[in-house]
Amino acid sequence: MTERSGSESGPAHKTLEISIALLIGVFGLVVIFGSLKAGINWGAEGPRAGFFPFYVGAVIVGASAINLWHAQRGDDGRLFAEWGQLRQVMSVVVPTGIYVGSMPFVGLYVASMVFIAWFMRWLGGYRWLTVVAVAVGMPVVTYLVFERWFLVPLPKGPLEDWLGL
Amino acid sequence: MEELANLFHGFAVALQPYNIMLMIIGITLGVIIGVLPGLGGANGVAILLPLTFSMPPTSAIIMLSCIYWGALFGGAITSILFNIPGEPWSVATTFDGYPMAQQGRPGEALTAAFTSSFVGALFAVIMITLVAPLVAGFALRFGPAEKFAVYFLAFCSFVGLSKEPPFKTIAAMMVGFALAAVGLDSITGQLRLTFGVTELLNGFDFLIAVIGLFGIGEILLTMEEGLAFRGGNASINLRVVLQTWRELPAYWMTSLRSCLIGCWMGVTPAGATPASFMSYGIAKRLARRGNNFGKGEIEGVIAPETAAHAAGTSALLPMLSLGVPGSPTAAVLLGGLLIWGLQPGPMLFVEQKEFVWGLIASMYLGNLAGLIVVLTCVPIFAAILRVPFGIIAPLILVLCAIGAYSVHNSTFDVMLMLVFGVLGYLLKKCNYPLAPLVLAIVLGDKAEEAFRQSLLGSQGSLGVFFSNGLVSTIMALGLVALFWSPIQEGYSRLRTSLA
Repeated sequence: MTERSGSESGPAHKTLEISIALLIGVFGLVVIFGSLKAGINWGAEGPRAGFFPFYVGAVIVGASAINLWHAQRGDDGRLFAEWGQLRQVMSVVVPTGIYVGSMPFVGLYVASMVFIAWFMRWLGGYRWLTVVAVAVGMPVVTYLVFERWFLVPLPKGPLEDWLGL
Repeated sequence: MEELANLFHGFAVALQPYNIMLMIIGITLGVIIGVLPGLGGANGVAILLPLTFSMPPTSAIIMLSCIYWGALFGGAITSILFNIPGEPWSVATTFDGYPMAQQGRPGEALTAAFTSSFVGALFAVIMITLVAPLVAGFALRFGPAEKFAVYFLAFCSFVGLSKEPPFKTIAAMMVGFALAAVGLDSITGQLRLTFGVTELLNGFDFLIAVIGLFGIGEILLTMEEGLAFRGGNASINLRVVLQTWRELPAYWMTSLRSCLIGCWMGVTPAGATPASFMSYGIAKRLARRGNNFGKGEIEGVIAPETAAHAAGTSALLPMLSLGVPGSPTAAVLLGGLLIWGLQPGPMLFVEQKEFVWGLIASMYLGNLAGLIVVLTCVPIFAAILRVPFGIIAPLILVLCAIGAYSVHNSTFDVMLMLVFGVLGYLLKKCNYPLAPLVLAIVLGDKAEEAFRQSLLGSQGSLGVFFSNGLVSTIMALGLVALFWSPIQEGYSRLRTSLA
């Protein structure tokens, strides 16, 4: 599941470095904007709600500006990651996104079964027997430990309703 | 001598059969967490925290802290046998531990690592026993300004001591503070930074951030690197253990030095990882066989393991006595205190004697139990690592999702966890430290409250932070820590120009 691609190309580390600095800087601006809306001066009760976050936002913007300056200065030609590696990462991020997004509708158990099965079959290349054993076993163990033993409720969907759990 | 009586009372609490059972469960889970890639101490504890909501707080903290000790022990196993550090603080252990295993001395390396971990932890617990009540008693006199000064010192130490670029540390930390500020303002009761999104009313929970940043982020990093295990076999028998134990006292100087480095780095929130590297580096410079370091020198295992465990343990000292956690895992434990309805800080030593001393006593017992568990069960734990990542990874992801959901029974949090995960992956790749970010989310509200209350008392004058000897000293220490690298640079430049 983890062969490296032979090609040595990928996004430059510098690009990512700059993007992250910009992203954090923009976040800082959002914080400043939100603080201004909440009020940054003194009210009857002392410093108002936006007082502290305003300075926090200002420091974020300042620090990001310096990080941005550092980032764009030198280019050591380093890669952030190879495309093949990023594909590996995305092959986890995307299904996890679908898994997480489907959870409110089908419940945690069904989503987990499908997710584990998908992961093991397509990324791991396991036999169906192993896949089914783990994909069904894990949610069942989870149910027993969390819901029965520790009484922590987990999200359920139509299947659990139908089973009357 | 009142402390001694308290400690004995604590032992009585910790030795209750229920608590001993939780201790063993905690240690075992902790070692597994430490062995598995992607599940670290901090997010392992965060995921399991919801399971403790219904337990008595003392039992809960005993179990969770034992998970922490277990994770500290567990990191060494993978470092030595597989050259894969299960935890960041065991990276330095690979330098000499893995060569030792390759030379057919894995038992010796493991015994040395576990025993040193135990020695480091014991040293730190004894220090906590003696020092924590004093610090807490002292801190009882703190007003808001002094409290803020302590937070200031803690966060400045991050900037000065971490090996990441200072402005990246500052940026990461301030992002944490900003995330902590989102939602209801605790003083005025006003909403802020929510931009009309109802899910943000309660702000960002740091547990979600921990699970995302450390758990999901770590899995993504592992996916990128691709895992191929070329591990040696592990077997420890009594003969090897006893033989290694006979050798160890010769290195008492290294041990003591590593204990001191660990405790210092643990109390200031630099944490176990830099402590282990620093201790390894100093040991290499000072040891008689320093040139042999990196080729399988037992001293090169003792130094980082002792320091890492001493640092990991002593990180609980400021958490217990001041309410300022010294590491991300300590921060998660502090979050646990809040959830169980306890107010962290010096008042704990007055109001919750049973809790505090039960915890401290359990540190002695937990580490002893940990030593026994890891020494006897190494082959089993090593076998866990042979379970391929293709099976482990989805299970860990599902566990993270369960953990994130059960914090507030909210599926929105699970999505947030994934966002934090991707963010954690990117930040880590770009060398932004995650620990200050998490600590800032935990302490943000408290630091802000202390800050605003002090300003309220002084009518808005910043002079309140330098108004008496105590607060000025702490603030000055903080400023020194903040500007530590320029100070150091200036000093060395001065020395070269004088020489």
